[in-house]
Amino acid sequence: MSDITESKEIAIASRSFRRVQTMPLLASSAKDALIHQYHPDYKKEAYREIKIGPNAGEKTVYELANLLEAQSPVSKNMLPLNPDYLVDVLVIGGGGAGATAALTAKALGANVLLATKLRLGDANTVMAEGGMQVAISKDDTPIRHYLDTLRGGHMENDPALLKVLVEEGPSAAKWLIDMGVLFDKEEDGNLSMRGGGGSSKPRLLRCKDYTGLEMMRVLKDEVLNQKIDLLEFSPVVELLTDGENCTGAVLKNLDNDRLIVVSAKSVILATGGIGRLHIQGFPTSNHYGATADGLPIAYRAGAKLTLQDTFQYHPTGAAFPEPIAGMLVTEALRSVGAQLVNANGERFINEMETRDAVASAVIAECAQGRGVTTPSGRKGVWLDLPLVDAINGEGTLATRFPNMVRQFSRYQIDIRKEPVLIYPTLHYQNGGIKIDVNGESTLPNLFVAGEASGGIHGRNRLMGNSLLDIIVYGRRAGRAVSERISKTDFKKLTLNHLAQFDEARAKAGITSKTVSPILFPDYVNR
Amino acid sequence: MALATENLVNVEIMGKRYQVPSGITLIQAMWHVGHEVTRGIGCLGGVCGACATYYRKEGSYELKTGLACQLLVEEGISFSLLQSFPVRKPVYKMDEISDPKKALFQYFPEAALCRNCNACSEACPQDIDVRTGIWKAAFGDFKGASELFLPCVMCNLCVPVCIAEISSNQVGLFSRRVQGVFFEQKPLDLIFRTEEITAGKYDSEWKRLLALSKEELEVYSPS
Repeated sequence: MSDITESKEIAIASRSFRRVQTMPLLASSAKDALIHQYHPDYKKEAYREIKIGPNAGEKTVYELANLLEAQSPVSKNMLPLNPDYLVDVLVIGGGGAGATAALTAKALGANVLLATKLRLGDANTVMAEGGMQVAISKDDTPIRHYLDTLRGGHMENDPALLKVLVEEGPSAAKWLIDMGVLFDKEEDGNLSMRGGGGSSKPRLLRCKDYTGLEMMRVLKDEVLNQKIDLLEFSPVVELLTDGENCTGAVLKNLDNDRLIVVSAKSVILATGGIGRLHIQGFPTSNHYGATADGLPIAYRAGAKLTLQDTFQYHPTGAAFPEPIAGMLVTEALRSVGAQLVNANGERFINEMETRDAVASAVIAECAQGRGVTTPSGRKGVWLDLPLVDAINGEGTLATRFPNMVRQFSRYQIDIRKEPVLIYPTLHYQNGGIKIDVNGESTLPNLFVAGEASGGIHGRNRLMGNSLLDIIVYGRRAGRAVSERISKTDFKKLTLNHLAQFDEARAKAGITSKTVSPILFPDYVNR
Repeated sequence: MALATENLVNVEIMGKRYQVPSGITLIQAMWHVGHEVTRGIGCLGGVCGACATYYRKEGSYELKTGLACQLLVEEGISFSLLQSFPVRKPVYKMDEISDPKKALFQYFPEAALCRNCNACSEACPQDIDVRTGIWKAAFGDFKGASELFLPCVMCNLCVPVCIAEISSNQVGLFSRRVQGVFFEQKPLDLIFRTEEITAGKYDSEWKRLLALSKEELEVYSPS
């Protein structure tokens, strides 16, 4: 492992050589070998069998398995289950998917309650930088988008879910633009598009490197304008069922710890991702509330998961300075020429490989001693950012990546002048709760949208497909629940599934006292 | 007061003194001394605006503003999270607006009253020239205002400092939305593609594609 100052000089010195160097894409077999050897998804000792529930016998990481088998914070004898709210649709989660689902259902006449753990908009959506994939350009098609995503996902994507994703992409983008979302344009007024790892055509719509912020700002504003009933600081802690269907949920008011009972004809879970579980000790690019809350509660109530064993480690999380360790350094920088460089000043992977391959290559470099050690003992390799200006012209970083320039400038690092240290960061949950093309889980009347759902992205999500997923499936879930209102009555509210779950725990010999959802990571020094 | 050592700095968190390690953010300092932070915390990446903070540096008369997940502790710093305060957010429906310039003053009558003090720009942790943005909006230059407000994280720090009581960040967001809805050229390529899909242009290729095996899909080249 090399010293930070010395190796930075070596990285800068090799720039002119690297700039003209071609780095071929890996052959499929070599890529598979790299991933199998170094990707955290293949680290056997990090995984264990899930002992109970719909996915019993399958595997996932310890951190998630422990929560899936954990106890509910709600007593199975909690009585009375008199509803504090009676609504057509309960949307749980205030990120991009939740806001989209709520807006869609509201526009179709549903009485909607949106509950969220922190504030409306506090979610991974707001942090998304790179863009949203939509096949628009003349030489691109939804079919190409489908194939790229399928290959990126190692052919394990659900074909029906994926077809819907790519086909409804253009109308999802139009919906956003019609609300006033400002995507970058070309001189001719058409939408500007950029490439991403694993994509055969440029198809990323973006708003500089603030794409998620721009989308979330508008979605949030529109939720307020449409006067959708809002319960902030009120996370979900348990679901209610009548034995066959999801019939509501129990929320917790974080201000007074009181439980809130909601009776709903349909529930849409849009609780987001998992990064704050710090799987395998990785830092994360996720927001503070990304603790996978939807997964254990849906699982206890009987909803099946899919691909719960695969996670995305974004290749370029900041490794230095320490206060921003794990923070996302957008992939879009690699799309415009930023190179990955080891401690010897050498490139080691084509930067436009899919995320799982690039992350594995970075881990391999560090494991084989060609990484750089930070003063806090983290490992990393260089991401040569000044190259972006050198290739695309002075000022490119400042105008196209103002967020990145600002984030590092807060720590006296000028990315226009010096490379930055990066290491993979836990970024995304590739799998999740199994859904059909309307977003409905295997538990009737429980819908899921966004990162909490699984199947769309296979074993590796392509850049820009998550912002698309939350809009397309947020809208589909919103439409599906609206169609059901007139055909559905409010049903019985019970916690009977908890008694069954306890029995299953006892039978499997599970004695853990862990309670899930955990709601927040524990960073407090006690 | 305890003496500062090489690795520890003296800080004041909501009026109470502590020693914390140097090199950590204000939020991390709160965790370090035992605060459970649930209000005033969000993305921890400087883009959600949840952790708006007032702080003062040692010996300075100046009350400064920033984001607690982005600012680092330093010797003698004193800070308090703002958490939440009521900001006026006018409710409007885009499809009920016919003249965006009139609508601006209908929803934000105070936007015409800027007295040029520039406190908003100075308060902005994103270095937005908020004052100019407000003037541009007031003169109907929504494009100019949009560009300035691009990095706005809606932290609200520009609001309490305004002597004209302007909800400046809300004016910025309104400007961006009307710019998109009323003034941007419609993306014809996108509209064309949605029409193609609705008309079933890709249906026959989908049919062919979905019948293929995984092995065939791996090598399939689209038309």
